[in-house]
Amino acid sequence: MTYYLVKRLAIGLLTIWGVVTAVFVVIRFAPGDQATVALGPDATVEQVEALRHSLGLDRPLLVQYFSYLGDVAALDFGESYRYGRPAMQAVLERFPATVTLTLTATVIALIAGLLLGVLAGQRPGSLLDRAVSTFTLGLQAVPPFWVGIMFILVFALQFRMLPSAGGGSPAHLVLPAVTLSIPFTALVARISRSGIAEAMGEAYVQTARSKGLTERSVLSGHVLKNSLIPVVTVVGLQLGNLLGGAVVIETVFAWPGLGSLLVSAVGNRDFAVVQAATVLIALCVIVLNLTADIVNAKLDPRIRLEAPR
Amino acid sequence: MTEKPLSTVAASGSPASGAGAAPAPGAPLLQVEDLEVVLSTGSVTGRVIDGVSFGVGAGRTTGLIGESGSGKTMSAMSIVRLLPDGAETSGRIVWRSQNLLDAPRRRIREVRGREIGVIFQDPLAALNPIQPIGKQVGEILRRGGMARQDVHARVLELLGRAGIPDPEQRVDVYPHELSGGLRQRVMIAMALAGEPQLIIADEPTTALDVTTQARILRLLADLRHQEGLAMLLVSHDLRVMAHVADEVVVMYAGRVAERGPAREVLERPRHPYTRALANNVPAVSTKTAIAEPLQGAPANPFDRPSGCAFHPRCPLAVERCRTEKPELREVEPGRFSACHRATEVAP
Ligand SMILES: Nc1ncnc2c1ncn2[C@@H]1O[C@H](COP(=O)(O)OP(=O)(O)OP(=O)(O)O)[C@@H](O)[C@H]1O
Ligand SMILES: [Mg+2]
Repeated sequence: MTYYLVKRLAIGLLTIWGVVTAVFVVIRFAPGDQATVALGPDATVEQVEALRHSLGLDRPLLVQYFSYLGDVAALDFGESYRYGRPAMQAVLERFPATVTLTLTATVIALIAGLLLGVLAGQRPGSLLDRAVSTFTLGLQAVPPFWVGIMFILVFALQFRMLPSAGGGSPAHLVLPAVTLSIPFTALVARISRSGIAEAMGEAYVQTARSKGLTERSVLSGHVLKNSLIPVVTVVGLQLGNLLGGAVVIETVFAWPGLGSLLVSAVGNRDFAVVQAATVLIALCVIVLNLTADIVNAKLDPRIRLEAPR
Repeated sequence: MTEKPLSTVAASGSPASGAGAAPAPGAPLLQVEDLEVVLSTGSVTGRVIDGVSFGVGAGRTTGLIGESGSGKTMSAMSIVRLLPDGAETSGRIVWRSQNLLDAPRRRIREVRGREIGVIFQDPLAALNPIQPIGKQVGEILRRGGMARQDVHARVLELLGRAGIPDPEQRVDVYPHELSGGLRQRVMIAMALAGEPQLIIADEPTTALDVTTQARILRLLADLRHQEGLAMLLVSHDLRVMAHVADEVVVMYAGRVAERGPAREVLERPRHPYTRALANNVPAVSTKTAIAEPLQGAPANPFDRPSGCAFHPRCPLAVERCRTEKPELREVEPGRFSACHRATEVAP
C-alpha cells in the first residue's frame, strides 16, 4: 500500500510537470501575446515593449520556462493581470461552482446510468435491453452543447420553467448539470450494463438462486457490487473528461465556474490564470483516479494495491 | 409414454410423505417422471432431455452418469428450476407429494436451499469472489430471520461440520484465499446451512485433485450417514459412483439408457452403453472380459439419431435399433434398460 501510494504520487507529480510544460508551450506559441492583447490595439510599440519587459516576456524562452517551473514548484502561479490578484486565488474562488456542477452531474449520471444499466443488463438480449441500448447510443451521439441550447430554448425560453443562465440558486444548476451529465450517463449505462450482463451469467449467481433468494436479492447482493468495479474505474478516469465538458457547458449556461473563467482567460491571454486553472484541473484528475483505485480495492478483495515489481 | 414403477419405490409402495414428517429410509423422497426439457439456442431447438425418469429415496444416493452433454446437469437442475433462460420443461417432478414443475416461483424459492441444497462443480466460480465465505454460508440463515449472533455461531459450526479447520480464522476470508478442497467444503457448508433433506451435487469433485476428491467424497458420505441426507450425485466418474451411489441412472443423449442398483448396474450392465462406459474404467468392471472402448462421438441431443440414439456406436445394433426407439423396461427385478437386446448384453 505504501509503495503503491509513493509510486502513484511520483506518477502524479510527473503528470503535473507534463501538464505545466504543455500549457507553457501552447501559450507561448499561440498567436497574440499577452502584452498586445492586454493593452489593446491603440497601444504604442514602446508601451507594449515596456509591459513585455515587466512581465518577463522578453527573456529567452528557456529562462522563462525554468523560472516559471520554479514558481509553480513554490505554489506561486503569478498575478492575474486582469483581476490584479494572485491567479490561484481567482481560480480557487470559481472552483466550488465547478465542483458543485460536476458533482451534481456525476450523481445524476450514476443514478440514471446505473438504473439504465440494471434494466438492460438484467436480461441481456431482451427487448428492454435493446431499447435501452439504442436510447443510450442516442444519448452518447448528441453533442452536449447542442442539448444545452435545446434545453435553454425549451425549458427557459419557451416554458420559462428554469433560468437559462447564471448561478446562485439550485434552479440555476438544473439545466447545466443535466446537460453535462448526458454523455456521462450514457457511458455509465453502457459500462454497468455489460458488467451486470456479465455478472448475471456467473456461476455464483446460480449459487445465490440455489439458496432461495429472490431475483431482487440476487441482484442487490451478488450482482450490483460485483459489476460496480468497472463502473468505478471508468468513472474515475472519465471525471477528467467531465471537467473538460464542464468548460463548454459552463460557457453555454454562463455558469460562474472554472470553465468559463478558463475560456475568458484564454481569450484575454491571462496566462497566469490559464496555468493555475489547468494545474488545478490536472490535480483533480490525479486525485480522482487514485480514489477510484482505492475504492476498487475496497470493493474487490482480489485487487491488491501493491504493484508487482 | 408409459411409466414403469421406479426402482426406489419402497416395498410399501407408499407415496412420499407430506411436509414435516421424515419419510422412512428408502421411501421415495423425489421422483422425476417423464421429464422433458426443450432448449432453444438462436435458431436451433432441441429436446435435450427426452422422457427421463428416476427417483431418490430418503437417505439414499442416486447417481447420474453419462458422457459430457448427456443431460446430467439439465436433469438435476430442472428439479430446482435452475435452467438456462428459455428452457421449457414438462413431465412431473414430485417432491414431498407436490409437483414442482407447476409449483409457483414462491414455492420453488422455499424449496431451494431449505429443502434441496445444491453443490456446484467449480467452487471457485460458484462462490462470490468479493464476499467473505462466512457471509455466503450464513446468507440463507440471515434471510430466514436468524439473529446476527446466532448466524455467526451457526456458520462456525457449519464450517466445522464441513471439515474446515479453524473456522474462526477462516470465516472472514475470501474464496480466492482458500485451496480448492476448502472451497468445496465451503460450498458444502453452504448447502447444509438450510438443513435440506436432499443435496444435488453436480460433479462436486471434478475440479479437484485426486487426493482432495477422495476426501470430499468421504465427507459427503459421512454427512449422508450422520444426517440421513439424500443425495443426487452427478458424475461421469464411474469409480466415484461405485463407491457412493445406491442407485445409478445412466444417461445417453438426454434419455435414460439404464437404471438400477449401482453395483449391479456397473458390474453387470444391461445396456451396451453402460458396458462400454464401465469397460473404459478397469477398476470398476472386475471382469474386463471384453475390452471394447467407447468409439465415436456422443450423440447430439439437438440432432438425435433415429430409433435408439446409441445405435451408431453400438456393437450390438441391429436394424430394429435404427427404426424403433427402445422403451425403458424392467429386464430383471429392479433393473431397467432401454435396449432391444438388453438380455443379450454380456458383462
Ligand atoms: N446453456 C445452454 N444453452 C444451450 N444448450 C445447452 C446449455 N446447457 C446445456 N446445453 C445442452 O444441453 C445438453 C445437456 O447438457 P448438460 O449440461 O445437462 O450435460 P451434462 O451431462 O451435464 O454434461 P457435462 O458432463 O459436460 O457437464 C447438451 O447437449 C448441451 O449442449
Ligand atoms: Mg454437467
